[in-house]
Amino acid sequence: MAIYLTKESKVLVQGMTGGEGMKHTRRMLAAGTDVVGGVNPQKAGRTVDFDERVVPVFGSVGEGIEVTGADVSVVFVPPAFAKAAVIEAADAGIGLAVVITEGIPVHDSVAFTAYARSKGTRIIGPNCPGLITPGQSNAGIIPADITKPGRIGLVSKSGTLTYQLMYELRDIGFSTCVGIGGDPVVGTTHIDCLAAFEADPDTELIVLIGEIGGDAEERAAAYIRDHVTKPVVGYIAGFTAPEGKTMGHAGAIVSGSSGTAQAKKEALEATGVKVGGTPTETARLVLAALEGGT
Amino acid sequence: MDLFEHQARELFEEHGILVPRAEVTDSPKRAREVARGLGGRVVVKAQVKTGGRGKAGGVKLAADPAAAELTARQILGMDIKGHTVDKVMVAEPVAIESEFYVSYVLDRAVGRFLAIASAEGGMEIEEVAATRPEAVARIPIDPVEGVTSAKAAEIAAAAGLPPQTVDVLVRLWGVLTREDALLVEVNPLVRTEQGRILALDGKVTLDDNASFRQTRWGDEGFAHDDPLEAAAAAKGLNYVKLDGEVGVIGNGAGLVMSTLDVVAGCGARPANFLDIGGGASAQIMADGLSVILSDPAVKSVLVNVFGGITACDAVADGIVQALESVQLTKPLVVRLDGNNALRGRAILDGRDHPLVHQATTMDGAARRAADLAHAI
Repeated sequence: MAIYLTKESKVLVQGMTGGEGMKHTRRMLAAGTDVVGGVNPQKAGRTVDFDERVVPVFGSVGEGIEVTGADVSVVFVPPAFAKAAVIEAADAGIGLAVVITEGIPVHDSVAFTAYARSKGTRIIGPNCPGLITPGQSNAGIIPADITKPGRIGLVSKSGTLTYQLMYELRDIGFSTCVGIGGDPVVGTTHIDCLAAFEADPDTELIVLIGEIGGDAEERAAAYIRDHVTKPVVGYIAGFTAPEGKTMGHAGAIVSGSSGTAQAKKEALEATGVKVGGTPTETARLVLAALEGGT
Repeated sequence: MDLFEHQARELFEEHGILVPRAEVTDSPKRAREVARGLGGRVVVKAQVKTGGRGKAGGVKLAADPAAAELTARQILGMDIKGHTVDKVMVAEPVAIESEFYVSYVLDRAVGRFLAIASAEGGMEIEEVAATRPEAVARIPIDPVEGVTSAKAAEIAAAAGLPPQTVDVLVRLWGVLTREDALLVEVNPLVRTEQGRILALDGKVTLDDNASFRQTRWGDEGFAHDDPLEAAAAAKGLNYVKLDGEVGVIGNGAGLVMSTLDVVAGCGARPANFLDIGGGASAQIMADGLSVILSDPAVKSVLVNVFGGITACDAVADGIVQALESVQLTKPLVVRLDGNNALRGRAILDGRDHPLVHQATTMDGAARRAADLAHAI
């Protein structure tokens, strides 16, 4: 089962012929992703020869869907063109657009997430590593070979923290890992993923990784209290982040008292979620929860 | 990036919002001339990117041009919450009849902008919102429609603002969208005794991600206050100066933030945040190390890399090469984990640098770096 992405998913790559697009399309194919095409109006009609297969380049997302039946798009186009790319994908009726691009202006993200919602397209990202259903499909830039299929669902704002936990828990494995992105405005939230994991029979336990900024984790805590029956283990980064400074992720900024790591940790713990002090301790809490059968 | 008050004022004026006559200067003599031009009596306001200027003595009324010069001399060079005052704004005083608050701010919860408005301006809006929430109107803005006259009228009515503010609300939305701002705030927006609506003070935060299409502020706007941060930015590094003694380098913002926490958990204080991203090439590693080692407060350096996309042997090669060009003066603790970790560790063992220590876990590496920092 997994969430959002399975071996049945047919994936287009917008910006496949660029440097990052080429590199990661190769990796996605190696991880078993069914990449059915790239999109680049300037290179329509050509093909790109990867080791696993020869991938056609389409002039538009619409054409790609028509020819291949694609239902997922992974977006690598540069920030200045990302808004147009996502709107094109939504107009073409793609079910899921995974926006890897970092550095998209917030006004553009506000516009395309609202537009996609009105068209029924789910957006993951922007500024995210994408998502992986180990052993089935990988849409984005998450390294596929550091873990294996299993029964943990993971949702995170951060890429490398996701990798760290995937690696520490590689012996148990994951149903799906979703990197929702660190920007202030993202298309898919912690809560969306919690709901999907709760409904997914392959997921037994959920790992939620958050960081300073905004109140997404506090809202996730309220959602867990009311709607999630599966065990949830949390981790929050940014306890030592100073007020008013952006720490790499545009969203990771503490201004004023709300949005602190401490407030998020307390909100999660108040709903019974165990929160690890370090990634390693978080992994231990996951193991304990699974062994305890809770 | 936050703009200075005088830059926000400039934007408001360009978008047709009335502002008091004023000029910004770094010279007390010029302040005297400006005061003379404005009729003698003026307000001298420190230009710093922090709140609480008034309480800190950074905003003062001057009765005549001579007093304006004296006041400017007092305020220039003043330290307000760690910000040095380099410029003052000399502005005409305004006869205020009533004060309002208006802003557009990003509501991250729903991924939209929100209009916040109140007829009780002039003070901390957080305080008004906390004590009398009914006095603060919060109206979500549809990103496609934006703020039309009808929407502005709705905001004004909800907050109890006079109808003349509708035009200002529409124009302020223009500032937000056309300048790629994440926040525009006018506090106070005032009605003068003559019945004019004036933006008396404002705050604008621009979106750094939009700097590729918003070039007007150039280097001035996106400049870093801290010299180490400026040096790091010039090398394209994502560096934030902190006030501890353990330098931190890692790959990925989340992992680096987590590393800071783990260092703090070991009883040490991180000296900086430095995310070298996925690449971790020799050049980036060398640039990162040289910035961190130039911080006199640093006593040890922790490199925490998880090999995901980048394999650890490539990172180890990068560290070894960086050690050729950077003179290592402080102990360096390296933790490599993930893809090809064993090969990466073997490469560092082979280099056998006396100041380079290895650890296999994140917690262990942080403990080691903290101990080394305290041993000096």
